[in-house]
Amino acid sequence: MGFLSRTMTVVWKDLMVEFRAKEMLLSVLVFALMVLVVFGFAFNPVEHDLSDIFAGIMWVAYLFAGTLGLNRSFMSERVNDALQGLVISPIDRSSIFLGKFMSNFLFMIAVELVLTPVSIILLKYPFHKGALLLGAALLLGTFGFAAIGTFLAALASNTRASEVLLPVLIFPLLAPVIIAVVRVTDAILGGDVSGVMPAFRFLAAYDVIFLAIPFLLFEYMLEN
Amino acid sequence: MKILAWLTGILGVVALYLAFIVAPEEAVMGPPQRIFYFHVASAWTAYLGFLVVFVASIAYLRTGARKWDRLAFSSAELGVFFTSMALLSGMTWGRAAWGIWWDWEPRLTSTFILWLVYIGYLFTQMTAEGDEKRARIAAGLGIIGFLDVPIIHMSVRWWRSLHPEVVRPGKMQMEPMMGVALLFAVVTFTLFYVYMLKWRVRTEDLRDRLFHLKEIMRQRGAAASRRG
Repeated sequence: MGFLSRTMTVVWKDLMVEFRAKEMLLSVLVFALMVLVVFGFAFNPVEHDLSDIFAGIMWVAYLFAGTLGLNRSFMSERVNDALQGLVISPIDRSSIFLGKFMSNFLFMIAVELVLTPVSIILLKYPFHKGALLLGAALLLGTFGFAAIGTFLAALASNTRASEVLLPVLIFPLLAPVIIAVVRVTDAILGGDVSGVMPAFRFLAAYDVIFLAIPFLLFEYMLEN
Repeated sequence: MKILAWLTGILGVVALYLAFIVAPEEAVMGPPQRIFYFHVASAWTAYLGFLVVFVASIAYLRTGARKWDRLAFSSAELGVFFTSMALLSGMTWGRAAWGIWWDWEPRLTSTFILWLVYIGYLFTQMTAEGDEKRARIAAGLGIIGFLDVPIIHMSVRWWRSLHPEVVRPGKMQMEPMMGVALLFAVVTFTLFYVYMLKWRVRTEDLRDRLFHLKEIMRQRGAAASRRG
């Protein structure tokens, strides 16, 4: 088996587990929906125009929900020592990391595909153009989130307080992505595409760096 | 150790004298400007501390020697301490200069995020299970956290550029004596860091030894009770 097919084995396994248990996607989706509803109650989209803060609300919902999903990604492997099984299987650690990253990324994108139209409707955002660019922003932002998030979730799963620890670790380190992606999403939705390319380049650079470093470090992170 | 302590103490007095008495008063800001010497020195020492965490973390992953983990942990603790000092002094400065405690000033904001990153690091060190595993994941965090620092800094600057700049003193013209005072503050803080780090690492070493001695005692006790 080549490197890629080993990685795909891990992805396939995760998708299969999710398809059978349907536990992560659903809980993440419902949680994100709850966040949107809370924002709806807090800001009241009937009386106020939420256009200015829509991008921020959307990303808060996605990132909070995504953190929940990331927690599951390694915690679920602790049941029956499944992680041990993964580690001793003839799959190298980097493949495990890459596979986990890809499945997390796919889950997040699936959630966002459902949530984006829902949040536009719920928060009454006057959306008419820029769907393609918005898609690109979602992909780039989610990529970075999944890359560093997968690594941190693996680390946090080894601690007593993993559910609390993951958000504590992830949000400061993710600050550049949060800043860039909310800003660029806001610009795209507002129809101002002049600053989009620099933001995309910045996000792409972050994505590459924070996929590469965990990829190299992951070798050392799991137990022998 | 003793020489270092004396040196730090004496330099500390000199630095205080220079900062409060010798250095001229800044024309626009007046006395609060004197916070600057200790603020910059704290920030510098904090970065130094986190650099040590980064280097020690790499060394730990390469060698697996426990001393590197102890060094990284001790340095992170001190780094967080000095970051807190930098934040508090920065806020005090802000209150004196702009009338508000917190204004999302880019450098202060990225320092705040830096503080959160290493709080997370300490939190991980404290809650991780298994001694070797704990050291390994902390090292991973020590590396990735430090590499994120310049990127966080960049993004925060960029984010703040959205907002109008608040009125603040332009580039401060530094009098020669101000430079000297700053230099002494920085050197003093650095020495103080080294001194504290030595103590902190020593404490960790002793803790480690105590743990092993207890382990030996337990084994002997178990063996004795089997014989008896």
